Amino acid sequence: MKMHEKVREPLFHIIKRDGLVWWKSWLIRIAAVAAALLFSGVISYAITGENPMDIYLTMIDGAVGSTHRVWNLLQAMAMLLCVSLAVTPAFKMRFWNIGAEGQALIGGFAAAACMLKLTGVIPDALMIPTMLLLSIVAGAIWGVIPAFFKANWGTNETLFTLMMNYIAMQIVSYFVSIWAVPRGSGQIGMINGSSNIGWLPRLFGQKYLVSILVVLLLTVLVYIYLKYSKHGYEISVVGESENTARYIGINVKKVIIRTMLISGALCGVAGFLLVAGSDHSITSDTIGGRGFTAIMVSWLAKFNPLTMILTSFILVFMEKGAGEVATDLGLNHAFSDIITGIIIFFIIGSEFFIHYQIKFREKEKASIDQDDKTEKEVKA
Amino acid sequence: MQAILASLISFLPRAIMQGTPLLYGATGEIITEKSGHLNLGIPGIMYVGGISGAAGAFLYEHSVDVMNPALAILIPLSCALVGSLLMGLIYSFLTVTLRANQNVTGLALTTFGIGIGNFFGGTLAKLSGTGETSLSLPQTKILFKTSLPFAADLGWFGSVFLSHGFLVYLAVVIALIAAFVLGRTRVGLQLRAVGENPATADAAGVNVNRYKYVATCIGSMIAGLGGLYYVVDYMGVWANDGFGDRGWLAIALVIFAVWRPHVGILGSYLFGGLYILYTVINIGVAEQELFKMLPYVVTIIVLVVTSIREKRESQPPASLGLAYFREER
Amino acid sequence: MNYAIELKGITKTFGSVVANDNVNLTVARGEILSILGENGSGKTTLMNMIAGIYFPDHGQIFIDGEEVVIRSPKDAFQYKIGMIHQHFKLVDVFTATENIILGLKDQGKYNLKKAAARVKEISEQYGFEIDPTKKIYEMSVSEKQTVEIIKVLYRGADILILDEPTAVLTPQETQKLFAVLRKMRDSGKAIIIITHKLHEVLSLSDRVSVLCKGKYVGTVNTAETNEMALTEMMVGKKVTLNIDRSAPKDPQKRLEVKDVTCLNREGVKMLDDVSFTAYSGEILGIAGIAGSGQRELLESIAGLQKLSEGDIYYHNPKTGEVDDLRNKTPMQIRDLGVRLSFVPEDRLGMGLVGNMDIIDNMMLRSYQRGKTMFLERKKPKNLAEDIIKQLEVVTPSAHTPVRRLSGGNVQKVLVGREIASSPTVLMAAYPVRGLDINSSYTIYNLLNQQKEKGVAVIFVGEDLDVLLELCDRILVIGSGHITGVVDARSATKEEIGLLMTKTTAVKEENENENA
Repeated sequence: MKMHEKVREPLFHIIKRDGLVWWKSWLIRIAAVAAALLFSGVISYAITGENPMDIYLTMIDGAVGSTHRVWNLLQAMAMLLCVSLAVTPAFKMRFWNIGAEGQALIGGFAAAACMLKLTGVIPDALMIPTMLLLSIVAGAIWGVIPAFFKANWGTNETLFTLMMNYIAMQIVSYFVSIWAVPRGSGQIGMINGSSNIGWLPRLFGQKYLVSILVVLLLTVLVYIYLKYSKHGYEISVVGESENTARYIGINVKKVIIRTMLISGALCGVAGFLLVAGSDHSITSDTIGGRGFTAIMVSWLAKFNPLTMILTSFILVFMEKGAGEVATDLGLNHAFSDIITGIIIFFIIGSEFFIHYQIKFREKEKASIDQDDKTEKEVKA
Repeated sequence: MQAILASLISFLPRAIMQGTPLLYGATGEIITEKSGHLNLGIPGIMYVGGISGAAGAFLYEHSVDVMNPALAILIPLSCALVGSLLMGLIYSFLTVTLRANQNVTGLALTTFGIGIGNFFGGTLAKLSGTGETSLSLPQTKILFKTSLPFAADLGWFGSVFLSHGFLVYLAVVIALIAAFVLGRTRVGLQLRAVGENPATADAAGVNVNRYKYVATCIGSMIAGLGGLYYVVDYMGVWANDGFGDRGWLAIALVIFAVWRPHVGILGSYLFGGLYILYTVINIGVAEQELFKMLPYVVTIIVLVVTSIREKRESQPPASLGLAYFREER
Repeated sequence: MNYAIELKGITKTFGSVVANDNVNLTVARGEILSILGENGSGKTTLMNMIAGIYFPDHGQIFIDGEEVVIRSPKDAFQYKIGMIHQHFKLVDVFTATENIILGLKDQGKYNLKKAAARVKEISEQYGFEIDPTKKIYEMSVSEKQTVEIIKVLYRGADILILDEPTAVLTPQETQKLFAVLRKMRDSGKAIIIITHKLHEVLSLSDRVSVLCKGKYVGTVNTAETNEMALTEMMVGKKVTLNIDRSAPKDPQKRLEVKDVTCLNREGVKMLDDVSFTAYSGEILGIAGIAGSGQRELLESIAGLQKLSEGDIYYHNPKTGEVDDLRNKTPMQIRDLGVRLSFVPEDRLGMGLVGNMDIIDNMMLRSYQRGKTMFLERKKPKNLAEDIIKQLEVVTPSAHTPVRRLSGGNVQKVLVGREIASSPTVLMAAYPVRGLDINSSYTIYNLLNQQKEKGVAVIFVGEDLDVLLELCDRILVIGSGHITGVVDARSATKEEIGLLMTKTTAVKEENENENA
């Protein structure tokens, strides 16, 4: 006789939520940030032995402690936000563009090359428009290459765009080397340091204000583009369901290529702003990992450009704050990367609790029976 | 002719040395990707593997006067394994249990890992109170670099193939074992099924989440050894950001090797060779940078060609990057 | 003698829907039992309870006279029960053997060669033809099915359940499968086969159990029955629904489908030389077993399927011109001025975007209107509000993602949008599937109103009672062929039921009957 072993029902069981009221989901996210801060405080305490409260105060001081720091923070935010805006249309389309680093770098490189090679060749007044145009074109080309292959042959875009980053970096390294000033020094240094040709002008005496305003404008534009334009609508439909896109006759290939053109072009603008607005030089590290951080900014903001102002603020604030803690205590600056990592882990972990619900074992056995939806519908 | 041969003999061992960290990283990533997880945290994990090993070695070097060779090897080795295992656990907890987006988690893990590496690499020596300013491991390096005593007597063969420390051979052995397990064992079959079609594997009675966890963690530990090799054998001292973009190169190698660890062995030495090709060709500093681009270009070509040819065996695992939720069938 | 499986009083409900109501069933070893019933009669649900996918609310399952509890597919395997599902669960890049041994823990050393030899042995024993080293993606549908069957046999199953195994097979492949099944029966296995093709039931099985709308109707010996008697059991008594039906007014040719043939990705003919005409002011019903080509037919007209042969002509009522829609994209069809609306079967996966709100879903059809690059949300918003009000859509607001609405409300939104563009042709695939009675009547009324407005309505349905009361003519489709066209006012359920189970074409002479 076969005795069936006792079947244990799992202690809990996970189901998808239907959707959570907005304030509840924000409450979860805020709790996650708070938990992350608490945890970082503990970590900092463990490493440094300082009073955690002091560490938080140092952080705030480091991020917004003086006018100078506030401007630096805003500039860093603007640059990160700009790259984040760039990757967002692609992400909304479920195209994993992790090549923003390279697209922005090649854009910045185009701007720097313009300053180096065209100063004195074209009228000074045309310099900035030319730089901007070439940056946009360069970024767009870098973005559209993987898109072309994805649209036609389904080539994996995550891996393709990732590789394109390093090709961009090596190209830039190459030109930095041959254009180095002085020769053989391996760096270009400040371009047009005395004439300031190709530098974004100061506004109200503030060096960064122009770039900040440009990014602010772009934020609004991208928001409008995604939410109110026909293109933005097509992007959402393709991202949500290719089958629906087909049903209403959207040309999916065209949308993929067009969107990556825009994504790359915006990255080009970010590169331009970095070169013309703050660095006035180019190295292979000009973008400084923003291309990757931007992915997190955009994703944490659920691809909403306005929310991205907040998420980029959180990340830049932590970076600057933790940097100050590191300086203050004689620690290494990589400290801020650790804190950034922890914050992101907590926030992405918290998304689970927004999308899923944990149900604990009940007396009924209903929970183990899976409902096949279509089956259920047939029955009606 | 003689000169070319001589430079080849000096070039090959260096290509192997450059390739070894890539081989560790790629083997680890292949195992992880076979379970359906694109772990972009591998560069960070390799940093953590490196720094954990280096920290272990550093602290041991400074805690005793005469080092026990076995301990001097085992301590950094196990530190590297534990460090990278923890990283793997973070990744798998977030992506498997909490079903977080793999790309975002991986990138955050890389930021975090590089941060850990550079932070402790830059401060540990200072904090340790040993008076050192950098994390340098002269004695450990000698031990890790110990090669077969008769290697030097075997002429070119010895210097190319036998002059390395044991971690170089371990990388090859691990890659071969990984290839064997993936291709020839039941565990490998089930792992591949999980990465291809988790719902089918689940229905066939395979514990999908367990496979994902184990594959990711083992993959991370193997990748961590790549970081360890770089620090204790190749360099012998920790340099911040010294590991560079080798982690990404390892991910590129996965594609180049079309997800086959044994192909990765030759691929890694080829990549290693391409990476330092500029040193044997008489070219300027600038052109060297273009040569460093080659591995990435080659990878893109492989990626494009495999996608155009549509050969099913050369495609990434079908569910790569997708979270699995049983009740969504 | 004990039965291999005996079900007593099995009841299963999904929410308020009773899928199986007090069902009894027996199958002996060395016997093939057919389970017959229309779509939605609860056959698959019942079998899933034996295979451990679902768990019954009430009732008992006995195996060899012993009461058992089956909670998972693994439990089912322990009782040597194996089910071959309609949708295969196979890893594409694996070989047949690799798929077959996937998940098996025992048998010592991992040895693919030995496993392959065993696979070969099993297939020879029953007369399958299979190459154990062939990859799944290189296989035809029938080969994949063979792999699924061997997978079950390899695990030692001696009670086999096959869910619509012939739905995807050619007649020749079907004959082969039946030969194998007979061999298995002769070797003492118990076999349950779900089907709704009467001739298969008659030629293959020993006994037939019939389900109708979740209820157990009865079991008969195959030798003592015939098609007519089975159809009567299957379709049940006629139910009066009281749907208002007016006579078609001034029917004009609107859509002419001519000799259309269309292949699926595997190269199997999903539509085979299909011809018919849809007239304005009438509802043309399409009846048939699910998967007989209904979806392909509608998608061909909507410009979503490539035709390998044939043409689709649209008679434009405004211009009087005739346009060929063959192989045009939906955009091109719209640009021709063809006002074609389509309510697809897959509402949230195709007709609507689940994560978008009602307003944005309204725009799917119309977002390109206007000369600027910006969307015009005002009209869609008004439309959304109109639909919510007129069709009594239950929703917190027009800004609610449609994914959160209940099935009936989702359908109202979709049908409402498709009707709003004042179509001349309206196609609806299973528009009342999963809907409660009230919502269903709302949809019937909407279709009727469209018909009265002079729209050519094409309605794909599964409930024959509804088809008979709602439509003017009914086109019956079987295995991609048109097997008959009947007048809905005079036809009977049995007549349609018989046509549905036919698999060969009947060339109609009815082209002019309605004009």
